[in-house]
Amino acid sequence: MQTHCVAPERLACFGNIRGAVMSGRLRIREQIIQAVLFACALVSIVTTGGIIVVLVSESIAFFRHVPVLDFVTGTHWAPLLEPRSFGVLPLVCGTFLVGGGALLLAVPVGLLTALFLSEYAPPGLRNVLKPVLEVLAGIPTVVYGYFALTFITPNVLQVIYPPTEVFNAASAAIVVGVMVIPTIASICDDAFRAVPRSLREGAFALSATRLEVSTRIVLPAAMSGVVAGTLLAFARAIGETMAVTLAAGLTPKMTLNPFVSIQTLTSYIVQVSLGDTPAGTIEYQSIFACGLTLFVITFTINVVAQRVLRRFREVYD
Amino acid sequence: MTCGLTSLLGLAFLSALVFRVLQEGLPRLSGSFLTNFPSVLSPAKAGVKSALWGTVWVICITAAVSVPIGVAAAVYLEEYARDNRLTRFIRLNISNLAGVPSVVYGILGLVAFVRWCRFDRSVLSAALTLSLLIMPVIVIASREALAAVPSSIRQAAYALGATRWQTVRAHVLPAALPGIMTGMILALSRAIGEAAPLLVIGALTYVAFVPEGPFDAFVALPLQIYDWTDRPQRVFHELAASGIIVLLGILLSMNAIAIGVRAWHQRSKAW
Repeated sequence: MQTHCVAPERLACFGNIRGAVMSGRLRIREQIIQAVLFACALVSIVTTGGIIVVLVSESIAFFRHVPVLDFVTGTHWAPLLEPRSFGVLPLVCGTFLVGGGALLLAVPVGLLTALFLSEYAPPGLRNVLKPVLEVLAGIPTVVYGYFALTFITPNVLQVIYPPTEVFNAASAAIVVGVMVIPTIASICDDAFRAVPRSLREGAFALSATRLEVSTRIVLPAAMSGVVAGTLLAFARAIGETMAVTLAAGLTPKMTLNPFVSIQTLTSYIVQVSLGDTPAGTIEYQSIFACGLTLFVITFTINVVAQRVLRRFREVYD
Repeated sequence: MTCGLTSLLGLAFLSALVFRVLQEGLPRLSGSFLTNFPSVLSPAKAGVKSALWGTVWVICITAAVSVPIGVAAAVYLEEYARDNRLTRFIRLNISNLAGVPSVVYGILGLVAFVRWCRFDRSVLSAALTLSLLIMPVIVIASREALAAVPSSIRQAAYALGATRWQTVRAHVLPAALPGIMTGMILALSRAIGEAAPLLVIGALTYVAFVPEGPFDAFVALPLQIYDWTDRPQRVFHELAASGIIVLLGILLSMNAIAIGVRAWHQRSKAW
């Protein structure tokens, strides 16, 4: 049984028959269509190329004024006030503070949810819980920002810890964490379900409890899936913009205190875009340098995650 | 037990969010909220007319641009492409593009469409930016739908002397259509909720007119919500909540359509 499909024009042995059956006009039409479809597929490469060209060319203009080393290692970010200073580390620090905080919430919750879905939940409950989780990923991020700023900060954080500032990294980290729970849960769930039944049954036969099977058999066997899910969630959290812009504030700071106002790479880009900064000025160029930093970080994480993910897929196939 | 409780955490958060938004936003939600323009001076009479129409304009053009190109790219990758280095590179590239933060697409749109093409901060610039943003989602969903069509259908068409394009157009695409449509609706609902790339291309947040063409300035629902949330006065937060109800209502109905399409597909599936 031949499973792979071969179109007639690709079968060399039919070459002569095809020439007789397919008229010249038809063949040209087929070739034009294939060329158009190919051009559409190339749009993705043009997009990637465009992103890289735009970010790099405008960043080069920026780095003519600010030495690369000062940008990468500087600990003071003051692009709009004199004396100006362009050290990107406070923004990177804020970005990682929100991203790390989000993972602190999302990894345990996402992991336990996935374990529950794949090992404990009856199919009926599973079919209800999964779509509900997906809804969390479908809510626009500006809505999360609204919720963080108008509910989580005043009604939760400032009640528990009164000195919390109106804009703070913690509220942003909480909503971004909830936002990426579905990413972790669905990738972990896939990984857990890819673990062969025989492994579980072997453990059950040795009188292991369900908890022991989950934590000692399923979890270690699906570890690369867990790692990949965490990395993808981290990349998403780092690139998150609207919730962070609304809730975390616009004060670049080198701090690990989540209860004060900070600034991330993404919210700096939005802040400059909202002001009418003329093209060609150094403030305007600085958003491209920040965009490039963000792109390099998320791209690296995504590539590593996909490597890990591909490896775990090959294990039991 | 603990596992079950944690998985309810997401549900609890979702209910708290929805409850809060309804509690704050429902009192202001009325017919005139949909037909009034936003107003800074008299927030009591403010509405989302310009944002609603801006969103409709942007999404229609986004769909018209991204769906044909995305589906065509998927058809090429699934039905035409040989498994060579270029094809593998395109596939890898598409999954990488799906992970690029939306604000980076905004930067691309700012330079490519606003500055190079001189479309200014118009509906068209926004729609083209969002098209690039959701293209990977459409391609990935369409490829999955095309791959699920059994190859016996293609072989039957070829055996009757159909060309490759005749086979794709008349048999493979119709069979994959429900899957493609589901992916398209999910991708477009992502585009509807995006605010970051629109802010970066310089979209205005205060517009008191309805765009009349693709080159007009605009405001979209998520931008309007951002603008209201960002103001310190409580009355604007209530307006933001009402705007969120409208936005979530649109997304909910789009998802209902997607679920309906999937259910219809499962009933009418012939193989």
